[in-house]
This record gives sequence, C-alpha cells and structure tokens, in this order.
Amino acid sequence: MSKPAYSELMKKINEGKFVVTGEVEPVKTTDLTEVLEAAKRLKDCCVAVNVTDNPTAFAYMNALVPSYMIQKEVGLEAVYQMVTRDRNRLALLSDLLAAGALGIKNILALTGDSVVVGDNPQAKPVHDLDSTQFIYMIRKIVDEGVDLAGKKIHNPPKFHVGAAANPNADPLEPEVYKLIRKQNVGVDFIQTQSTYDIEVIKRFMKEVESIGVKVPILIGVTPFKSIKMMEWLVKFVPGITVPSEIQERLYKAKEISKKKFEEENIEIFSELCKEIRKTTHAAGIHMMAIGFEWVVPPILERAGIRKA
Amino acid sequence: MIIVEPKPLEEVLEMVKNENSILVVGCEGCTAITQAGGEKQAEVMAHLLEMGLKLKGRKDVKIKATSILRQCDRQMVAISLKPLLEGYDAVVSMACGVGVQTVADIFSNKKIYPAQNTKFMGSHDREVGKFSEMCSACGECILHETGGVCPITRCAKSLLNGPCGGFARGKCEVGGWTRDCAWVLIFNRLKAQGRLDLFTKFRPPRNYQLSQSPRELGGE
Repeated sequence: MSKPAYSELMKKINEGKFVVTGEVEPVKTTDLTEVLEAAKRLKDCCVAVNVTDNPTAFAYMNALVPSYMIQKEVGLEAVYQMVTRDRNRLALLSDLLAAGALGIKNILALTGDSVVVGDNPQAKPVHDLDSTQFIYMIRKIVDEGVDLAGKKIHNPPKFHVGAAANPNADPLEPEVYKLIRKQNVGVDFIQTQSTYDIEVIKRFMKEVESIGVKVPILIGVTPFKSIKMMEWLVKFVPGITVPSEIQERLYKAKEISKKKFEEENIEIFSELCKEIRKTTHAAGIHMMAIGFEWVVPPILERAGIRKA
Repeated sequence: MIIVEPKPLEEVLEMVKNENSILVVGCEGCTAITQAGGEKQAEVMAHLLEMGLKLKGRKDVKIKATSILRQCDRQMVAISLKPLLEGYDAVVSMACGVGVQTVADIFSNKKIYPAQNTKFMGSHDREVGKFSEMCSACGECILHETGGVCPITRCAKSLLNGPCGGFARGKCEVGGWTRDCAWVLIFNRLKAQGRLDLFTKFRPPRNYQLSQSPRELGGE
C-alpha cells in the first residue's frame, strides 16, 4: 500500500485496522450545541464522524461549519458529506476549497435523495454532476490540482473521497457493478447504507469481491431507537429486511421493560458488529445512531471493537 | 411526439373573458394525433367557450373554430391563418407551446391564449391511453450505449452513472415505487446482450452548453 494518507481515517484503513466511523446530523437551526455534543459522545469510539448534508433532501445547516467545528472543538476528524443534488460544479468547487482551507480531510461524495422526498419538494433539483462524476472531479483537484475545466487551483486541497453503496439493493447486481465505475474513477473508501441481516452483508461483500472491487468498505449499522423505528423500517422502507429472529427478541424484551429493550438492542447490534468483523472482509463499521449516539459506545465495547 | 394536457376550461375562460372576437385554432400535428388539439377539439372548445362566456354574461362574443396543418411551421401559419384571422382580435391556440409562439410571432398584433399545458416529448401507448416521457433533447444522444433507455429522461435524477441508492425491487422511489428504475432497465438489457462493459463505463460530466436555451439549428 503506497497510497498516501491525508487523514486519520485513511491512515487507519491503510494500516489494516478495523475502523469505526460515526454520524451526526446538523438540523434546521443555527445552534451547534447538539451536533457538537453528539460528536463528543462518539469521540472515544470512532476514528471519524460523518456530518450529513441535507439528508433525505431536508434543508438543514450547511455541513461544512459543523464539520470544521467538530474537528476544532471536539478534536474528532470529520467526514464532510456533500450531495450533488443542491449544487452545481461551481458551488461544489467553492465548498471544496473552503473545506480545504478549514482542514477537512475526508469527503463523502453523494448524489443525494431526490428533492421530492424532502421537506421542500417544489425545489429545482440540480444534479449537474452525479456522485461518480463528483468523485472524478475531486480526484482531478487532489491529484492534478485542476478543476473540471482544467483550470489550475492554487494550493489544491488534499482529500480522501468516499462513496455510498447499498447492500440491500434489489436487484443487487447493478449496485455492485456500479462500484467498478467508482473504483476506476478513484474512490478511496465506501460506507454502506444500514443493513440488519448478516446474510445480506455477507452476500454483498462476496459479490463485490467476486467482481474485483477492492475499495475498503465500511458496513453501515443503525441500531434501533425504539420498536416503532423498527416497525417503520420494516413497513415503509422497501428493500430493508430485519430478520424475524431479531424482531422477536426485541418484542419480547420490550414486553418486559424499556431497560430490557435497550439491553437487548445493544446485544443484538454488538453481535452484528462482531459478525461483520469475523465473517467478512469489511474494513470497518459505519455507525449511524442520529439522536441516540449514546448507544454506540456500549455496542462497540460489548463487541470488543475499538475505534481503530 | 409533443404531449400536451388541456388546461381546465375555467382557466381558459378566465383568460378570454374580456375578448369580443375569438378564433379557436386547432393543430393537425401532435395535438391532433393525441386527440387533444385537432379540428374536433377546436370545435368543442369554441362551443364550450361560447356557453361559458354566456354564463358570465358575455352573449355577444364572436367565436369560431378552425384548424391548420401545423402551427409550428412559420410559412404554413402565415399563409393559412392570415385570411381566417380577419375580423378576430384573439386566438385560442390548441397547439403546443411551439405552435402558440409561432402564431404569436407572426400575428403579433393579435392576443394569443394557450389552451394547453405542454408536458413533454413522449411515446403513446394507445392500449392504456398513456403517454410516457422518453427524450429531453439533451443534444448528445447516448442511447446506443444504454440499451435504448435514456437515463437523462427516465432516471429521475438524470444520472449518467447510475443507479443511485433510491431503487427497490427495480422500482424508483420517485413516484412512490411505481416506475422502473432506468438504470436497472439499462443493466438488464446490457447484461442480456453481454455488453456490461458499457454499463461499467464511466461517463464524464455533461457539457451543458449543448443544451443551453434558446437552441437553434441551421438557417445560416
């Protein structure tokens, strides 16, 4: 591995450590307190934390400021998420240069959910670039010091760029084959959507490996905040499967007490994390527990997983 | 062809309520084929306007229906509409937005009102009476690389390197999981043809200068 590492995240991945990343979500506010508190709760168990960019097309605070503040105030490295839905290539470049100036080292390049599923569905979607083209643009900036038009950038930033993937995709083949494209363009790492079934994760990793994708993959894990959240996922999010055994265990625990549910929840997800580490070639885990970050440290602790 | 959707009658009535003489002009091109704006529909529109205006207390309005072969052809519009427009102040055009503007350009002294909302370029499934958008006129066709499925038009995000994460069971989340994911369609067709190299091919960012409006072709 002679690839340079500009970030802690990439350094640990390159060293072959099993890494953990977390996630926080700035919302419709100018108050940074909560997002900084959330990052603090993740600091000791995550090597880096993703900061979401208008997730599910809800208009929230720009992710760059909290990314910077988390690095500065909390001392935790950020993965600055950027969607191409809301900005054309000019605005994307402006934000990348600003991110470089502020010491951001990781970008997660995303297309972004459609505006029609968001909180301003009347908005004009931009989609000047798709996520793969955005990765291509970042590679040009980092490796060649030029923008998409070939214009020279003074003191170009150094970023690592990640992409998303969905192990639950149905059909799975197009999802896996598109990763070949992203690999060819030069993506550094992949963080996946949440998956609840170890068999789904194993199948995804096997497919990815069999077609020659070698990019390090962090498997997305989202514990349940409540039984309601689980039911909502099962009912309304097509493609997500929660094994019936897990559902039954949580229903039984819930019947006993809230505390028992929390314990069982932690047990189930620490088992999942352990299994991911033991049975796949995943480079790590991406923990998404927005609004209940406190659950992440005990899950990882019980799974015997340190941040890297 | 160009697909239109008739405006609600109330909207057209509101537009023309103060006019004294109205010529309703059908178009025998796309809108006639889709039975939205041909001669028949122009006649029906003239009757409805007459009745509607009467109900609004406008009993003396002169209204007549006619139709020409193509409202998007400047010479055809100039020659065939000129004698018909004599004595009319206003035109209700049953054509698409192209026809409406061509008539307005040539007869700029007449007031023109669109009877349709122009929707898209699409195909017609007559069995189920459904029109589907197929082309966005992007100016750089790649249908030979995508199994004959246009990702610019049929992918809700116009991705050139899809699919995105928003599909399940092959359906797109935009539109409530009812429409096929264009990139799953593309994958399936290319796979069946043994051409997955075209699927994994990276397509660089588009040159939007090629679809910068207003576009023109020829005429030099």
